[in-house]
Amino acid sequence: MEFRDYYELMGVDRNATQDEIKRAYRKLARKYHPDISKEPDAEKKFKEMGEAYEVLKDPEKRAAYDQLGKNYKAGQDFTPPPGWDAGFEFSGAGFGDTADASAFSDFFESLFGRGGFTQQRGPTGGFHARGQDHHAKILIDLGDAIHGASRTITLQVPEVDDQGHVHTRTRTLNVNIPKGVKQGQQIRLAGQGAPGIGQGGTGDLYLEIAFNPHNLYRVEGRDIYLDLPVAPWEAALGSTVKVPTPNGIVEMKIPADSGSGKKMRLKGRGIPGKITGDFYVVLKISLPQADSDKAKAIYEQMKTELNFNPRRNLGV
Amino acid sequence: MTRTPTHVLTGLILDEDSIFTLQELSVSCAVETEYIIELVEEGIVEPMGQQRDQQHWAFSGQSLLRVRKTQRLQQDLGVNLAGIALVLDMMDEIEQLRERLRRLD
Repeated sequence: MEFRDYYELMGVDRNATQDEIKRAYRKLARKYHPDISKEPDAEKKFKEMGEAYEVLKDPEKRAAYDQLGKNYKAGQDFTPPPGWDAGFEFSGAGFGDTADASAFSDFFESLFGRGGFTQQRGPTGGFHARGQDHHAKILIDLGDAIHGASRTITLQVPEVDDQGHVHTRTRTLNVNIPKGVKQGQQIRLAGQGAPGIGQGGTGDLYLEIAFNPHNLYRVEGRDIYLDLPVAPWEAALGSTVKVPTPNGIVEMKIPADSGSGKKMRLKGRGIPGKITGDFYVVLKISLPQADSDKAKAIYEQMKTELNFNPRRNLGV
Repeated sequence: MTRTPTHVLTGLILDEDSIFTLQELSVSCAVETEYIIELVEEGIVEPMGQQRDQQHWAFSGQSLLRVRKTQRLQQDLGVNLAGIALVLDMMDEIEQLRERLRRLD
């Protein structure tokens, strides 16, 4: 087990006052709250902060931790010495309302234990808490959103055994990805989260849909965008060109005098849904290189014969 | 041949098409209906349409996500309901701006 430096985690000095620790926690909690933060590992960081604060905010736990931590550095191999907490008095078993204390590290548990909070509620009878909701992101391909798919997802679930130890169990679920899902949409699987405590119900599992980036298409909501390279004469004279779509190749008519950046819509060829998305083709005019005498001659001819000033609108 | 698990779960997509009554929403979030009513009064979630009668309130799937977010923000950061209404609106706006930025890239 590795020693965790809670001061370092929270970025506070070892001599910080309780007020300073509280302020540091508030600041970090806002920064890393998984509902607010865009940092990729916000959830992990937020939990680490929570654990560090759980110890440092409580003068009794902090004193015990300071006593013990004097000779350790973060990451160093750590075993709590027997009877290390003798002489310190902890008021209560103290997790307060944290039904998800299982989220704390082994390091924390070896020092301050776990459980306890179920018995602590005393005469009012058993303690009930709804199980935690789990959140997971699943990456799907554009084709999965168009045709539907099923995915196998793996979750780490904390479990408490008869001795009160916490283990993580790997749980595998097969989940249907219904066709028509959009980027960022959430799928709720009721009762597939963490088990509750006492009579508390099971939490839910929320899956957030994210798309693997596609090398051709951009997806916005249910609409799909494709940048389509066209030759100058195809855009100028008009033509019929082949366009790759996720449902196969289609032919599209380009009207004469189409400019670069012109957006054309193929209705209903986006991601299906109550309101089916559209497929947009954005024309990108691709110039042939002037790398042969023939090509150069044609460009020269256009230069002399076409009275063309592309910067006319700029007044130069 | 390896045996593959045959049981496939199907979830509910939380969007404008998934509809919850006041009761369903409070059960799904494990809160009292009074709590949801409080969130409606604060403008954090809004019933769809023009229903004045609470028995006929209909909430979209996104409301469920907003209620859960509200619960977490209250518990983890100690933000009050007015503050949460503001935070959620601003986060939506940031999301829209990010979307526009992505489009311009």
